[in-house]
Amino acid sequence: MADPMRIRAQAAGDKTTVRVLMSHEMETGQRKDAAGKVIPAWFIQEVTANHNGKPVMTAQWGPSVAKNPFLQFVIKGAKAGDKVAIAWKDNKGDSRTDEATVS
Amino acid sequence: MRRLLATSLLAALSAAAFGQKSAADGIAEYRAMLADGNPAELFEAKGEDLWKKKRGPKNASLEQCDLGKGPGVVKGAWVEMPRYFADTGRVQDLESRLLTCMETLQGLSAKEIAATPFGKGEQASMEGLVAWISAESRGKKLNLPQAHAEERRMFEMGKRAFFFRGGPMDFSCASCHGEEGKRIRLQDLPNLTKNPGDGIGFAAWPAYRVSSGELWSMQRRLNDCYRQQRFPYPGYASDVTIALGVYMGVNAKGAESIAPAIKR
Repeated sequence: MADPMRIRAQAAGDKTTVRVLMSHEMETGQRKDAAGKVIPAWFIQEVTANHNGKPVMTAQWGPSVAKNPFLQFVIKGAKAGDKVAIAWKDNKGDSRTDEATVS
Repeated sequence: MRRLLATSLLAALSAAAFGQKSAADGIAEYRAMLADGNPAELFEAKGEDLWKKKRGPKNASLEQCDLGKGPGVVKGAWVEMPRYFADTGRVQDLESRLLTCMETLQGLSAKEIAATPFGKGEQASMEGLVAWISAESRGKKLNLPQAHAEERRMFEMGKRAFFFRGGPMDFSCASCHGEEGKRIRLQDLPNLTKNPGDGIGFAAWPAYRVSSGELWSMQRRLNDCYRQQRFPYPGYASDVTIALGVYMGVNAKGAESIAPAIKR
């Protein structure tokens, strides 16, 4: 099981800025280990964001995203106390969902 | 005519200066952009967990570990280390102190952990622990004690190690960090013989390195300095590394710690 994400969601006016830090290796599949063997690709493929259970964003990611990715986006109309849930799925089928409350 | 030419030249020059940032500005801007999402936070969360979790052969947590401010006190401990510890009779930095705690409280072997490569096994736990413990002192000013004779001795030892030249390139720490305005490629180097300022040099480590995606502790940072000098690697948590920590830490007295920082 992957480590938890760090999610911060801050409302300012009718806009809520969501900042997410994910813990992931994000192996490109292009690197070789000390023995010269290719390290298999391992990266987040799908990211979804839900606002009070309603999907507001989906993203398809590839191997070019950095290790321990940081994602920031804005939700319109979210208020303090609302729930924002982020979920990712990687190419090995592992997944993780974390939730935060808008402040 | 000549005057006119000179002014227009000057105008052109200043326009160029506006359009082109200095390398240091570029790096500072890049760091500011990254600081908001510093992945060191992920390590901090892990470290807090590890501090409170019962682990090791003795199935104990580290919550009774004394970092110099009494058992279990973490806040503000980082900016006062390395310091003298009466129970071990040694000056210890955070990592060698953690080794002591892991051995006495949890029953893990300090020797084994010291021999583990960085980022593997218990060394990975160490990364999290130093991230969390240093973060608990973020914004505080470095204030290493020098009251004990042993602490003053370590400062002198650190000073000698800092200026000791050797290796195939005849380098010392001071070759790069003993003067103002030196740099490696585009990276400005802090002058560690005095206080380089808030959040620079000693006050910026441990830090998350974007280039390797790892969190580097002070010990690892020193290890890499020795690699760059083509010196033999110093032993993990050995006295020479602690002495260097005392020397740099005391010199940086009053600087604000931003650890765990973010680095390229």
